[in-house]
Amino acid sequence: MNTVIFRTAAPILAALMLVFSVFVLLRGHNEPGGGFIGGLIGASALAIYGIAMGVEETRKALKVHPITLAGFGVVMAAISGFISLAFDVPFLTGLWWIFDFDGSEVALSTPLIFDLGVYAVVVGAVGTIALALEADEGGD
Amino acid sequence: MATATTSYDALNLPPALIDAATPAADWVVVWPVALALTGAGLLVMLRNYRHMQLAFAVAVITAILLSNLYLLARVIESGPLAMTMGRWLPPFGITFAADMTSAIFSLAASIAALVVAFYAQTELTDREHKFGFYPMLLLLLCGVSGSFLTGDIFNLYVWFEVMLIASFGMLILGGRKLQLDGAIKYGFLNFLATTLFLITVAYLYGLTGTLNFADLVDKGADIPTGPLITVSLLFLLAFGVKAAAFPGNAWLPASYHTPAVSVSAIFGGLLTKVGAYAVIRVLTMALPEGGAQLQPVIVLIAIGSLILGPLGAMAQTNLRRAIGFLVIGGIGAIFAGFALASHHGIGGAIFYAFHSMLAITAFYLLAGLIERSTGTTDTRKMGGLYAANAPLSILFLIMIFLISGLPPFLGLWPKILLVEGGVRAENWWLVAAILINSFLTLIAASRLWAHIFWRNGVEGERSEQAPVGLQKLDRTENWFGFLPTMILMAIILVFGLFPNWLFEASGIAARDMLLPDRYVDAVFAHAEDRQ
Repeated sequence: MNTVIFRTAAPILAALMLVFSVFVLLRGHNEPGGGFIGGLIGASALAIYGIAMGVEETRKALKVHPITLAGFGVVMAAISGFISLAFDVPFLTGLWWIFDFDGSEVALSTPLIFDLGVYAVVVGAVGTIALALEADEGGD
Repeated sequence: MATATTSYDALNLPPALIDAATPAADWVVVWPVALALTGAGLLVMLRNYRHMQLAFAVAVITAILLSNLYLLARVIESGPLAMTMGRWLPPFGITFAADMTSAIFSLAASIAALVVAFYAQTELTDREHKFGFYPMLLLLLCGVSGSFLTGDIFNLYVWFEVMLIASFGMLILGGRKLQLDGAIKYGFLNFLATTLFLITVAYLYGLTGTLNFADLVDKGADIPTGPLITVSLLFLLAFGVKAAAFPGNAWLPASYHTPAVSVSAIFGGLLTKVGAYAVIRVLTMALPEGGAQLQPVIVLIAIGSLILGPLGAMAQTNLRRAIGFLVIGGIGAIFAGFALASHHGIGGAIFYAFHSMLAITAFYLLAGLIERSTGTTDTRKMGGLYAANAPLSILFLIMIFLISGLPPFLGLWPKILLVEGGVRAENWWLVAAILINSFLTLIAASRLWAHIFWRNGVEGERSEQAPVGLQKLDRTENWFGFLPTMILMAIILVFGLFPNWLFEASGIAARDMLLPDRYVDAVFAHAEDRQ
């Protein structure tokens, strides 16, 4: 897997996949997409980068350990539920704030925060597993 | 804020939502679960900061303990409490509902978890800290509290899974060969039981079109007898294996002695009781007809567990394996009350489960201290601990009385309720089994006492010398191991000496289980026009 072509293409591919994963994440809720699918695409980006550049390089590029990201996702998902507390509604109620921005609607909501959390959990957990598996194969 | 002309307005208040405001105080139903989940996530993020793990975990569990106390106070004051997630009206939204049973079980779970959080300090290595003992402890507590507090049977399955995943992680923490062996047995049977549970939930949904416990109380009555017995039997099988009741008990003694002592303690204290709780919640409250149809089977299960548990314990030479068998005996007592399905029976079962959660946790922790003092897990190689550590021997002696239900300790009171229930129902087999169980448990526990404390040295040696392996507990073991265990024993002692509120609480709990009108009203409080 250590060819010049792959090693040149992998960073671009990984970057594209990460951008696409965010697109899929934000597209969710009313259309196909969302945190889980976006997270899987994001984790695949990590995996491809890991195969091409090596696990150490990927961990360095990530700055945080992916499992930390997963923990952060769980906290974020929980926080999306706690926001309801301020509005006298039950735990995990979907609250929507819709802004008119230059003619187009921008919908911010607690389900979005929840989805961001799911995204982080999936990227973190699947990324941890993928990197651990790649590391076990014995380097290049 | 929101402009009023967008297409999203339709999302905001469809007619299926609860209109009434939810006071912040009602959140107490979800705090135990939400706090544990958030805490677990934060602790995973802090995994490299070893010194913060304990302090943080203790802070979170204390907060959970406090919200459980408040929840109990609320339930005592105004009856069952419910909240449906996301404002959806109850049969559709996922409901969290706490009646007395949920409240006292959830309270006992958080007490046990708090003690274990301290005890774990005596045995965890740096690597095990980093591997995530405390996040998994919180996740386990999250799953257990979630199971106790949820009002939706599919959601119950989800909490079972959360619990199962956390327990796998804890079981193999340390990664010794013996632990993997135990984890396979534990994992296989528990997966089987959980899958069976899920299939049965699907079947039940096909029959009734609802998964909400309060809704099942109404709609479960319409299920024809044949499917009802099938569903109930499958639930009984799934939860019976989870609770390690006879004959699905083989996995428990095979796995519970393999991990760290703190893990054994939290598992023995909490996990089997969740199975017992689920069986009572589903087959006494939601599908009482099914429970009644299966009564002869449940009686057999109860008698089998009651007798085989202590008999197994008597045959063991591994201390923690012996306790594992005593756990099974306790599950038999809970099933005995469940089989009676009367006010005394269910009250006794709930009371016994509360007692057992605390007592079994303390028992495993004592076993851990004994293993540390003697340097072995084999009771034949222990001996002479009486002279080496007098406070430990006093605690163990109290534990014998506690676990076999002798006065004036906590174990006696639920057994009185159970026996009275058996006598009133004239179910003499059950009464005999409960009494024989107490007697056999006393023999099994006294045998442990004689081997570990009374005998001067190792079995088979004539020497009056105590074995050389005996060690004094060091500072960490005293402060984080012995002291929390002693405090837990003290709490159990106080509960035993002043059992009145527990009698009242289990009376209310039994009433709400057998006649769940208050529970149903609490869940459907906002849905007056329910068809």
